[in-house]
Amino acid sequence: MKNAHMTLTINGEETEVSFAPYKTLLEVLREDLRLTGTKHGCELGECGACAVLLDGKPVLSCLVLGLECDGREVLTVEGLAEDGRLHPLQETFADMGAAQCGYCTPAILVTARELLDRIPNPSREQVREALSGILCRCTGYHQIFEAVEAAMTCTPLPAAGRARDEPLETEA
Amino acid sequence: MSSGNGTPRDDLKIIGRPRRRVDGRAKVTGQTLFADDLVLPRMLHCKLLRSSLPHARILQIDVSRALAHPGVHLVLTGGDFPIPYGILPVSEDETALCTDVVRFVGDPVAAVVARDEFTAAEAVDLIEVEYETLLTIATPEEALATPEPRIHEHSEKGNIHKLVSLSFGDVDQALKDSYRVFDDTFFYQGSTHLAIEQHATLAAMDPDGKLTVWSSTQTPHYLHRALAKVLETPAAHIRVIACPNGGGFGGKSDPFNHEIVVAGAARILDRPVKICLTREEVFYCHRGRHPVQMSFRTGVDREGNITGMHVRTFLDGGAYGSYGVASTFYTGALQTVTYHVPRYRFQGCRVFTNKPPCGPKRGHGTPQPRFGQEVQLDKIAEALDQDPADLRLRIVEKPDTITANYMTVSTIGLAECIRRVVKRSDWRRKFRQLPEGHGLGLACSSYLSGAGLPIYWNRMPHTGVQLKLDRSGGVTVFCGAIEIGQGSDDVLVACVAEVLGIQPFDIRAVTGDTDLTPVDLGSYSSRVTLMMGNAAIQAAERAREILASAVAAHLKVPRSRLVFADNTVLDSADPDTSVSFQEAVCLAEAASGTVGTVGSYTPPRSAARYKGGGVGPTPTYSYTASVVEVRVDPETGWIDVPRVWIAHDIGRALNPTLVRGQVEGDVYMAVGEALMEEQTFRRLPSRLSPALVHKFPSMLEYKSPTSHDMPEVITDLVEDPDPAGPFGAKEVGQGPLLPVMPAVANAVYDAVGVRVDEIPITPEKILKGLELKRAGRSPRVGPGPFPDIDWPEPLEVPPPWEGGDGKAETPKDVPR
Repeated sequence: MKNAHMTLTINGEETEVSFAPYKTLLEVLREDLRLTGTKHGCELGECGACAVLLDGKPVLSCLVLGLECDGREVLTVEGLAEDGRLHPLQETFADMGAAQCGYCTPAILVTARELLDRIPNPSREQVREALSGILCRCTGYHQIFEAVEAAMTCTPLPAAGRARDEPLETEA
Repeated sequence: MSSGNGTPRDDLKIIGRPRRRVDGRAKVTGQTLFADDLVLPRMLHCKLLRSSLPHARILQIDVSRALAHPGVHLVLTGGDFPIPYGILPVSEDETALCTDVVRFVGDPVAAVVARDEFTAAEAVDLIEVEYETLLTIATPEEALATPEPRIHEHSEKGNIHKLVSLSFGDVDQALKDSYRVFDDTFFYQGSTHLAIEQHATLAAMDPDGKLTVWSSTQTPHYLHRALAKVLETPAAHIRVIACPNGGGFGGKSDPFNHEIVVAGAARILDRPVKICLTREEVFYCHRGRHPVQMSFRTGVDREGNITGMHVRTFLDGGAYGSYGVASTFYTGALQTVTYHVPRYRFQGCRVFTNKPPCGPKRGHGTPQPRFGQEVQLDKIAEALDQDPADLRLRIVEKPDTITANYMTVSTIGLAECIRRVVKRSDWRRKFRQLPEGHGLGLACSSYLSGAGLPIYWNRMPHTGVQLKLDRSGGVTVFCGAIEIGQGSDDVLVACVAEVLGIQPFDIRAVTGDTDLTPVDLGSYSSRVTLMMGNAAIQAAERAREILASAVAAHLKVPRSRLVFADNTVLDSADPDTSVSFQEAVCLAEAASGTVGTVGSYTPPRSAARYKGGGVGPTPTYSYTASVVEVRVDPETGWIDVPRVWIAHDIGRALNPTLVRGQVEGDVYMAVGEALMEEQTFRRLPSRLSPALVHKFPSMLEYKSPTSHDMPEVITDLVEDPDPAGPFGAKEVGQGPLLPVMPAVANAVYDAVGVRVDEIPITPEKILKGLELKRAGRSPRVGPGPFPDIDWPEPLEVPPPWEGGDGKAETPKDVPR
């Protein structure tokens, strides 16, 4: 079986990749591009842990063939931080207990980012709806909802224990 | 949503304050490396062939076609790993690959190692196994009725794996003398952990010829022992690194087939070998909640005080021992630690069936009997015309008590927990007063802050912590504990930071690595915070002493006046006299050489000295009370849980953000078990196959709560520091799960007058109860009579108030 070869934009960077043509986008990301931030919990489109943004829309990367992604834009958790600064969602998730084991976290983060891009002030129901395709077994979801909502204004907690001592940025 | 109401102590700078967890940044940037994220040069991939039959003898395995398949490097079968292992020394009944008999659909038979997963999977399909079918034992009743063929030779008799019979005082007399005796049977269906991370393991030979195994395991120390045994290699030549677990919940606590297989394969091939299980395989690994049938016979006096209790449990163990002996004891261990039970008898029976093995899931063996006990108490309260909250408040066990079965209760905040949920839920105004279809239910629970005894008998500490400080001012803390999402690393670092007066970010944690870190027994039984925390404090206090000596000499102030805070060491009488923390380390290094300390923790000796008394003791119990609100649609039976109030006696919340996450995560998992989660099996039509298969080994069909299903949770933390806990902390990872299921059942009764005496509580069962009610029959849905089991004579242990000393009485002259 000959490898497929294509160019796509990953986290804002044009990237060339060769991969076995049967591979899913999930496998191309994890195995061929070594972007292991994107996780898998079933590889059947059931758990949601592999969500990434494809051309700005959340998709389950285990249900997308790599071959379908030629010339398209993919955003993974590795691309959330910009200019060396974490995205507000990352800050609030880390601060507010929204990541426990951290395994579903990358999928939830990119999905929440798409939600905030689309609806800057989502209601709790809209947050629940947006995240309903991703299972989290640890948190009971509430700290996730709150972290998504807090990211809108990025309400910081006391700085003790913050991984760096600068104040939180707030979204313009 | 209200958060925990942790009240920080002024003199504590880190402990008790909401704080970003130390591994938070790694987790939100996708940089936490789980086992399947690891890639090594020349790495090969492994796939397992699993049995398609539930019970069969292996007559022949032909691997020739698989071996000849291009890209295949190795094919292994049972003969390559003949030495049995198992988590408990009393039931080492597993082999890495089945040697002669397969015992459930999914039991591993052979392994292929190939250049990639795809090739390995292709080759697995080329292996031909010839089986001789054996009788399938599908249900626990069949196991009782079918002594032969035996699924294991080590079972007590026939297919009964374990029988327990313990008696603490004359229960029959107590029941005879009671005002009323309540007899109830309950059933609690099995469920699985469903951690989102599938189990994965990578093994490789080190350049020096030793073996390293990275794995998603909650118990690297026990895996280390199993690997040494099966591979016949000194443990010192094997290094086990527990990667952070993408959720555990007890499902990654056994040494697993795939871990041993890839370790063996890496050694044979001298190349890295990785395996990642599919979701279907994770369902076969299981080790989840045992399905348990229960009988509760409880006597009370006119006021509702319990006079005696006789509990019987019948566990469907699945195909292997796993933690099953401990699980069996746990179904009878903790009934006595919430309410005063003066006389108590427990009989438990675990059987083998041809299904994936059951084991420890969050709450390990205690959610099932807790469900029965708390639902029965609801019935007792109603029969005695008492409010269930008041009844419980009256009979709550007293602090500093040794119970009838010799469990030592030290601090107990249960009454306060009950008062909090009653107040916040407006219980007094709502219970039995809401409109039809709306209801409130209350239940309580207790759990261990760490098992008092290790899995294998030894006199060594349960955990160890090592500290390294040097002239850079940097502190590294080493501990074998494992981060599974619960915040293990954060507790470790926070305890050290607090004692040394530095910031968590100033500390590097090295955890879960058998080469680098002192032994910790693992992330199970809610033991990590209490045990590792105490060891960390001890190590940090010893380091503080070394630093204080050097600083006292340098500043010429008495050691007792020195305070460690805000990255400085200062004279409390003259705060301007100080050195920085880094300077303090330099002074100590100059004065007495390289600075390093250790700490360790061993639980206190238990009061229970009888055989079987090793399961249940703990340094201190946590307590929880919960009120659950339900809405039930009488037309469809659909049940909705809009709100859960929960109060947890935590001793002290070390990081309230994480504590709240544990409480809410417990409630979440409990709601799943209460309403929908079921690990069940079905037989295929016999003309097609004799197989007994998992009904739905997929995440779509195994229903678990989504973000839409999660109720509002109102959490209250009761903080009464416990002398046994680090800074007074008790456990939180498991206890708050326990009261929710019975509270749901009690709320359903309040809403529509239907008693569902089994878990899960589904719309079908509610509808059935409503039909019974309409027909004028008892609106109770649940199991029939408890099965007849030939129990052995109970071990008689007189309770403390009847002159007992924790030991069993010398057996009387019983005819043999």
